Amino acid sequence: MATQPILSVEGISLSFGGLKVLSEVSFQVNPGEIFAIIGPNGAGKTSILNCIGGFYRPSAGRIFFGGEDITRTSPDRRAARGLARTFQNIALFRGMTVLDNIKLGAHAHLRTGLLSALMYWGPAHREEMALRERVEHEVIDFLEIEPIRKQAVGSLAYGLQKRVELARALAMEPKVLLMDEPVAGMNAEETEDMARFVLDIKEERDVTIVLIEHDMNVIMDISDRVMVVNFGQKIAEGTPDEVQHHPEVIKAYLGEKKG
Amino acid sequence: MRMGDFKQTYAADEAVFRSGTVRFWLVVLLLALAAFPFMVGPYLLYMANLTGVAIIAAVGLNILTGAAGQISLGHAAFVGIGAYTSAILTTKLGLPFLVCLPLSGLSAAFFGIIVGAPSMRMKGLYLCIATLAAQVIFDFIFVHWTSVTGGIRGINVPSAELFGYKLDTEFKMYFVTIPIMIAAITAARNLFRTRVGRAFIAIRDRDISAELMGINLFQYKLYAFAASSFYAGVAGCLQVYLLRIVTPEHFPLHESIRYLAMIIVGGLGSVLGSIFGAIFMTMVPEALQSGLAMFQGMDDKLMSYLFPLQTVVFGLLIVAFLVFEPHGLAEMWRRVKNYFRLWPFEH
Repeated sequence: MATQPILSVEGISLSFGGLKVLSEVSFQVNPGEIFAIIGPNGAGKTSILNCIGGFYRPSAGRIFFGGEDITRTSPDRRAARGLARTFQNIALFRGMTVLDNIKLGAHAHLRTGLLSALMYWGPAHREEMALRERVEHEVIDFLEIEPIRKQAVGSLAYGLQKRVELARALAMEPKVLLMDEPVAGMNAEETEDMARFVLDIKEERDVTIVLIEHDMNVIMDISDRVMVVNFGQKIAEGTPDEVQHHPEVIKAYLGEKKG
Repeated sequence: MRMGDFKQTYAADEAVFRSGTVRFWLVVLLLALAAFPFMVGPYLLYMANLTGVAIIAAVGLNILTGAAGQISLGHAAFVGIGAYTSAILTTKLGLPFLVCLPLSGLSAAFFGIIVGAPSMRMKGLYLCIATLAAQVIFDFIFVHWTSVTGGIRGINVPSAELFGYKLDTEFKMYFVTIPIMIAAITAARNLFRTRVGRAFIAIRDRDISAELMGINLFQYKLYAFAASSFYAGVAGCLQVYLLRIVTPEHFPLHESIRYLAMIIVGGLGSVLGSIFGAIFMTMVPEALQSGLAMFQGMDDKLMSYLFPLQTVVFGLLIVAFLVFEPHGLAEMWRRVKNYFRLWPFEH
């Protein structure tokens, strides 16, 4: 038997008022793979990520993470279990430095409570120092953002902000990383860097990645499997090569041949 | 970046006072604070004590409003709860000052959590109105629950006693108020170096992604309410022992607004800003008043126009801050510091 999927989405539907956003979408993501979701604008890709992350609650269907049903689990609990997320429109905490943003990612792994935080004595101090060391070695070195660690996030260039967002997600030590358009709006060099980081994360850290992207070159280069959605429905799934030649996919992207 | 000031350990890099120069000036400041009461009269000491109390309350409000982004129009009510708690515990149960102090904080924190509970469903202006309701309700209770609060006449409180030593002058109270103020400032500064403080700021900046980072929004909002009203309660307790009386007149709505003005003028989300703001809001009205006192006796008719003017001047100052320095006094201080960092060499 094949390995158990780490993330399994079973027939989720979602509607806003009368608008049906997703209808019975199902897919499974295997541990250690890069799973891409593509589709035209408004197809419901981000809504799928929002359902997995817990920001939206699907009206039907179930979501399993590591074999456990998380359909009714709150977003913060899901994060604590190892589900991390980056956003299409950067959602960093703009009032903080890069370092603080990254440290925030580790929130669920820390224990300091309100009282010991006020004292900053013993355990709280040790925990902060251990965190700083871990974040420096495992995230800041890895993503090559040493020079900007003390800068305010708001003052950084767009491409760097995206990288900081990835850094924050990595500090969560996720099992599954959900990425919403990681290279959107980046130039060729930044795109290449980001693709390299995504591959490194998968290979060196055993993180499973689910990503949405419009850049077909990136998708075809790095993903193991691709799912195509259109109008809230899954229309194809397979290796990048299979999907590229799928008649439904060609129809969705290029329209039907006349006559 | 500051040159020639390199760190070898993460602990040194994360320290609050990061260089020898800063630590030197800190010691100078502490010595000056210790020497202050021996050099000035009771009036200035009274002002210093009031400022100390205002700083504690303002730091508390800045945790809730500046850092966690939950606007509160009920801060004065929590100061009041702390004040009434210690007044009642002292007069009815005869509890000593050192027991009353934490209990005032805790009772204010308890009510803070209750008032903060609607924050689960409400944000921004709606929450603001809910805290306004709390302010009005507590004010009503202070006035009308005569058997406990003494109504509008309030409660007279004997002077505090510490280890059998009566704190019956401004001079003696100074040595209680200022150390507690320093402890309160230190604790708040520590808070913002840890995961709890970071979570507060995350909730303010972007609550949705804070939740996806694993922060339980409701729990942390209640933490912010509890911490903030604990500070208010402690400030209230000190205020009672300073004034030796507590009446509802000390905690009206405009007092809550005054606390908000402190943290806005000083700098939202900055501990240093709360200190500057509290000093500004306590000292400037006094300065305006004593400035006017110089004209006293010149012309009675002129005076009747000039006295209301101080409120106008004060209001203008606040508006000017909002327009020209929205990040407050803390930001001005940072700019001055940056200027002198390489002084006299321009950069």
